[in-house]
Amino acid sequence: MMLTLALSCIAGLLALSVLAVASGRSPVTMRIVYGASLAASLVLLILATTHLLGAQAPASVTLPLGLPWVGAHFRIDVLGAFFLAVVDLGAAAASLFALGYGRHDQEPERVLPFYPLFLAGMNLVVLADDAFTFLVSWEFMSLTSWGLVIAHHRVSDNLRAGYVYLVMASLGTLTLLLAFGLLAGPEGNYTFAQIRDGHPSPAVGALVLILVLIGAGSKAGLVPLHAWLPLAHPAAPSHVSALMSGVMTKVAVYGFVRVVLDLLGPPMWWWSVVVLTLGGITCVMGVLYALMQNDLKRLLAYSTVENIGVIFIGLGLALAFKAYGMTAAAALALTAGLLHVFNHSVFKSLLFFGSGAVLTATGERDMERLGGLIHRMPQTAFVFLVGCAAISALPPLNGFISEWLTFQAILLSPELPSWGLKFLVPAVGALLAMSAALAAACFVKAFGVTFLGRPRTPAAEQAHEVDTLSLAAMFCLATICLAVGILPGLFMDALAPVADLLVGDRMPMQRGVEWLSIVPITDSRSSYNGLLVFVFTLLSGSLAAFAIHRLASDKLRRAPAWDCGYPDASPATQYTADSFAQPIRRVFGTLVFRAREHGDMPAPGDMRPARLVVDLRDLIWEALYAPAATAVTNVSERLNRLQFLTIRQYLSLVFGALITLLLVLAIWP
Amino acid sequence: MAVIFDFAVQGAQMLMVLLLAPLLTGLVRKVKARLLRRRGPPLIQPYRDLARLLRKEVVLADNASWLFRVIPYVVFAATWVAAALVPTFQSGLLFSWSADLIAIIALLGSARFFLALAGLDVGTSFGGIGSSREMMIASLAEPAMLMTVFTLALIAGSTQLSTVAAFMTSNEVGLRVSLGLALFALTMVAIAENARIPVDNPATHLELTMVHEAMVLEYSGRHLALIDLSSELKLLLYVSLIGCVFLPWGMAPSGASVQALAIGFAAYLVKLAIGAFLLAVFETAIAKMRVFRVPEFLGAALMLGLLATLFLFVSRSL
Amino acid sequence: MRGLSFDVAHLLAGGLVLVSFMQLYQDRLSALLNMFALHALVLTLSVAWQAYIQDAPHLYVTALIALVFKAIVIPIALHRIIVRLGIHREIDKVVGVGATMLLGMGLVALSMVVMLRVTADADPLAREDLAFALAVVLLGLLMMVTRRNAVSQVVGFMSIENGLVLAATGAKGMPLVVEISIAFSVLIAFIVIGIFLFRIRERFDTVDVQALDRFRGERS
Repeated sequence: MMLTLALSCIAGLLALSVLAVASGRSPVTMRIVYGASLAASLVLLILATTHLLGAQAPASVTLPLGLPWVGAHFRIDVLGAFFLAVVDLGAAAASLFALGYGRHDQEPERVLPFYPLFLAGMNLVVLADDAFTFLVSWEFMSLTSWGLVIAHHRVSDNLRAGYVYLVMASLGTLTLLLAFGLLAGPEGNYTFAQIRDGHPSPAVGALVLILVLIGAGSKAGLVPLHAWLPLAHPAAPSHVSALMSGVMTKVAVYGFVRVVLDLLGPPMWWWSVVVLTLGGITCVMGVLYALMQNDLKRLLAYSTVENIGVIFIGLGLALAFKAYGMTAAAALALTAGLLHVFNHSVFKSLLFFGSGAVLTATGERDMERLGGLIHRMPQTAFVFLVGCAAISALPPLNGFISEWLTFQAILLSPELPSWGLKFLVPAVGALLAMSAALAAACFVKAFGVTFLGRPRTPAAEQAHEVDTLSLAAMFCLATICLAVGILPGLFMDALAPVADLLVGDRMPMQRGVEWLSIVPITDSRSSYNGLLVFVFTLLSGSLAAFAIHRLASDKLRRAPAWDCGYPDASPATQYTADSFAQPIRRVFGTLVFRAREHGDMPAPGDMRPARLVVDLRDLIWEALYAPAATAVTNVSERLNRLQFLTIRQYLSLVFGALITLLLVLAIWP
Repeated sequence: MAVIFDFAVQGAQMLMVLLLAPLLTGLVRKVKARLLRRRGPPLIQPYRDLARLLRKEVVLADNASWLFRVIPYVVFAATWVAAALVPTFQSGLLFSWSADLIAIIALLGSARFFLALAGLDVGTSFGGIGSSREMMIASLAEPAMLMTVFTLALIAGSTQLSTVAAFMTSNEVGLRVSLGLALFALTMVAIAENARIPVDNPATHLELTMVHEAMVLEYSGRHLALIDLSSELKLLLYVSLIGCVFLPWGMAPSGASVQALAIGFAAYLVKLAIGAFLLAVFETAIAKMRVFRVPEFLGAALMLGLLATLFLFVSRSL
Repeated sequence: MRGLSFDVAHLLAGGLVLVSFMQLYQDRLSALLNMFALHALVLTLSVAWQAYIQDAPHLYVTALIALVFKAIVIPIALHRIIVRLGIHREIDKVVGVGATMLLGMGLVALSMVVMLRVTADADPLAREDLAFALAVVLLGLLMMVTRRNAVSQVVGFMSIENGLVLAATGAKGMPLVVEISIAFSVLIAFIVIGIFLFRIRERFDTVDVQALDRFRGERS
């Protein structure tokens, strides 16, 4: 019943795009499309939440679509319901934001038809219950999002971003196709239920793991498969960027979790080594890349890469614990990872909305051309600040909860019997800690340079606050950030059935704990109470303010900035995004990016100004992507010659192929 | 009845850290001055400074935003709460379980995050230099700190400071390389986090060499008083933390009698005095480093923390 | 008693690894030599403790040799050499401190995994000593690989030898003769290297071993 309702909502979204194509570019269409998307995602959100909170039994439906002898299977279980909730929360927020934001779009007819399709695609992936439907929905999601990436096709970078995205998405689907082919086996067991019973051999399992890591990992943005992500996510309109970064990467995580933790059966211990190593590298590399960016949206996209790393660390730990039968610890690690999935989808959407608001207000994405927006856009500044604090894992907000849980899971690692894991996990913990600290630096930079200081350009000086609907969307998400931060127990309890499904155990229930604190293992081991920390901080801050204003002094005088007595210079003397990142670039960048600074001095008599030039090299791109691209170009140039053969040569090619095949048949045992 | 007593003890701890923090800074300054054969300011000078600053009017830069005026209170509140959660004279206080060691570090991280934003708010170059260097230092100090926490947590089986302190007083601990390394690493982090020599100089007036002071350059009056008080609280927090974990003797267990509390308090004062003395001697004996030597210093702390964790497995495999 | 004797042995052996790291961290030659003296001192203490708990008097001799030669004579002599060569303030580094330390961490983890796995059922004391000793040896090798200056290479070589002594004492002692012969061979090696240093210096005006490579034409 519920599933049918969900599927009809999705069908409604599909119909909506037909409407959008038919009715063109009037403002009414925009309102209808986004309004209806909002309604559909809200319904789906409520369905998913009731399913998850009620921990209801899985329901399934088979539709006579797709492959005739398979049909299209759809099923909703707690795992699917959780991800459905993540997807539709993001979708609802994005639709609400777009109701206001979409008015500033230059070419709405290039966005509106794809938008509901994209939402439908993501929902279908989560609900699919056979390999065929899953792959088709996955590809559908990729293609519609590609359409949105190249929506603003007049910017030349966007076309390149779209091209790279298309190539990587095809690669991802290809590897997933192979993975499901291996899982289905020669008998062609395409439904997930059959695959679950199929128990693949260790070799097949390992191969499937690698293929899924490439397929889902490239969509999620695991280093070194992340290259398309910082190009494609910022290219789309901001609400779509929010969906791609906040939600679509989570659908990719869903793909990974579904295959590796559900379909593949009991894991081997070394799988976790691969996942943990990739996760650790991803989170540090992602945040270092993010720190080097000056484009606000690209910075956010790289920070998504970092957070995917954090999620995969949680999942890797869950795999490790599950492989050794430590189910309670596995439940903790899995809950940490999944909670971060939720948290990241919330604050990353919020931050992308904020960047969209800045973009509408000023027309700029380059932080070096912004500054001082807190005076002109106080409300956007406030919610953006909440998002920045949440993503930097600061208490009492939500980002801290999931990182804290991950650390608690890491601290259980000495119980693992494998020596390799014993040494690897603390090292990954160090990487995680470093990435958290670097993320704080990154978001001090993002907020400080964009919103604080003095305006660097006239555009920033004349910014104006955005409309109410956009603000409403951002305030909703900011409230969720705070709610998860101070009442984490409720959200962790909601994840208990998912952990039960995937690792066969659940964390202790948090609902009964005194004072609403969270206790992942036992009291004496660790506990945290977001509510008390929040209330204490609030109380002591207000107490201090009250006492000082009452008892000491509340006088205030405005004067020019002191700045050690230097006379006020132009806003160009402020610290820029580049200069803010300079110390970190010098410490980490020389190793990771081969960062070199050198002075570019003009020859005597030359009138051009001297410059400080910074060279950064993307070593991953140079080592992995550039050679691959060159190889493909070379091969295609070779093959190009095949187009210009005579008819006799073509015939001899066919003849040769036939003879070879016959020879193979003759030799075949 | 017992609950009221617990509340009173927790409240006393909050007040006590607030009242003792300036004294600790005064003591460090005094000992440093005596080591340099100066007479030095009286011990209560920091209190006088705070009182003077609180009474003065605030001179706010023209383009300072609302955030700039809120941040001193946020920083102060976060630091105060963090400092009040570290066991000082008694372990297992009423609210001690509301945040473990990781959460305390994160609270300090919040304070630093907002202070760095304050440095950028007015849009001057000195504020920016301070913020960017502070975040660079934090990016290494925080992981180093967390590695220390890992070591402690793996030894004691808990991240809860009260449990750790109780474990450290028991006989199970013994001499361990890991603990020594963790102490080293924690001390190095504490020096960096509190902007002490050789990482930063709290007394300098040469702008280009400062980190913390450059960040708060635009603050005046009551705002500056709060910021100063927060850094004094932070120093107290780190000294108490080292004392509570590595010298837990004398600390009263939870639910102790008034007599035990008095002993705990006396022991705590002695620990603070020792900490202040050692810090002053260390600072007098060493010169400040270049800014870009700091990453190596903190990198070494991080390595020590990691090494401590690794060594743990060797001694654990008995 | 058993617990304490083990703890102290563990502490000293771990201290030796730590001092090896401190050697890697130093980039001034004179500071490096001080660290080397400290290294030998910790080794002395460690060997003496082993002598005490194993009740093996000949190990005291080993400790004495370590103290006299490695902690006092050789560092002082090397100090003199670098002062005479005028390179005592020289900074010497091929790979950065951070990278070297990271590599070092990896090596320590590696040696522990290998040793703890291979000797799963040996006496825990010997087992740990072996793990630490292997770490010290690997760190010494790392030092020789990452430094260019001949003097630091000598120090690296000597710390490898210290690691071997640690391994030998942990494994229930070794014959005194072997130890003495090792000590003398090290001393001779030291003298030979010392002479060579002066010869290199006379010829090339530097003790940077890259100069030798250039002379051989290995690098352009």
